[in-house]
Amino acid sequence: MFSFQTIIDNLPVLIGSARYTLLISVLGCLEGLILGAVICAAALSHKIWLRRAAALYVSFFRGVPLLIQLLVAYYLLPVIGLNVPALVAAVLTVGFCAAAYLSEVLRGSLNAIPKGQAEAAAAIGMVPLDVWVRILLPQALKIGLPAIVNELILLVKASSLVTVVGIVEITRMSQSIAAATFRPLEIYLAAAFIYLAINLVIAQVGRVLERRLAV
Amino acid sequence: MLETLHRYGPDLLTGFGLTIFSWLLGTAFGFVLGFLIEIARRFGPRALGYPIRAYVEFIRGTPFLVQLFVLYYGGPLIGLRLDALPAGILGLTIYGSAYFTEILRAGFDAVPLGQIEAARAIGFRNSTIVSRIMVPVMMVSALPALVNFAIILTKETVILSMITVPEIMFQTQTMMSETFAFVTPILILALFFWGFVEAISRIGRRLERRFTHYLIDRS
Repeated sequence: MFSFQTIIDNLPVLIGSARYTLLISVLGCLEGLILGAVICAAALSHKIWLRRAAALYVSFFRGVPLLIQLLVAYYLLPVIGLNVPALVAAVLTVGFCAAAYLSEVLRGSLNAIPKGQAEAAAAIGMVPLDVWVRILLPQALKIGLPAIVNELILLVKASSLVTVVGIVEITRMSQSIAAATFRPLEIYLAAAFIYLAINLVIAQVGRVLERRLAV
Repeated sequence: MLETLHRYGPDLLTGFGLTIFSWLLGTAFGFVLGFLIEIARRFGPRALGYPIRAYVEFIRGTPFLVQLFVLYYGGPLIGLRLDALPAGILGLTIYGSAYFTEILRAGFDAVPLGQIEAARAIGFRNSTIVSRIMVPVMMVSALPALVNFAIILTKETVILSMITVPEIMFQTQTMMSETFAFVTPILILALFFWGFVEAISRIGRRLERRFTHYLIDRS
């Protein structure tokens, strides 16, 4: 029989574990944005080796499954002497992966900004860094907002994979509850609906933000 | 290193095979199911719209890993007792169908109304309009997105290792835990996926050219 009682009993713990899901996906997205901006700048640079390096980065992190990236970080970092806590490794890896996707998002948005703006900024004497930080990036973030929100939703779902490095977020928590209560169907469905709720909220916030920022 | 390759070679090959096998079946069935869902939504009774929308939102809003857990560990409670591999392929099918159906929806929406009206005006039956006009035109615009999603699915197949499907990820993890060697297995994985994805995107580009060459000729 489907047991709602099991769900009700364990819901608080499951929802509590959502903070790790949120922490990993939000921090991962922020890291992805910052690093993505750098990679995007490299991809648009005049120096060919910078462009090559950016292309290599993007093709690697988009081409290799995140689960493999997480295991590489988890197993290989200690081998080269970097003993970082699992949570840090997870956030960093998720962020590295997000950076590859977000750099492409930013590149697309930058293309939509009239070239004259960067030229005008340079003409009134802004240094390239200023042009990027004060003219190009704010607009690119605004234009790319729908895609960035989309990426955040993907990251919430991808964060379920960090169970493999032992972080007790929603999926890992539901695994242990399912093992303890012998009620996998109820618990995993409950976990699925928590993810769904988080994603629906993010999508809604995204829509509101888009409307606010629209000119 | 040669010795380990000799020892794990057969397992790795089985892993490659299973990864490709589950990807092929999952993508094919997912596409067919997604196509049927879209046909049902578009041409079926209106009441179907809401359940289909709920299905798509649910599948797209939850992680694939959790869906697999529901199916594989939760399934037996409602009498759905599947081995790991069939459960994995069914999971890929369900997951894929929700995304494919949305891609196909956008494709169908992009079919110019004038073409449908023209077909009706010269007396095509409704079923002929769908099969001879709408589906071919829809496929042209949907193909890049379909190939793109097929590539995304290759990366989802590694998640099947979490429900003990002995695909490539599972095999290399076994190899890592038995030999404590990390570099070779990870290199093998990375190379395999690189080649796999490259092959699929080449096939995709060729398909695109096949489907759209007449468009380029005329422009």
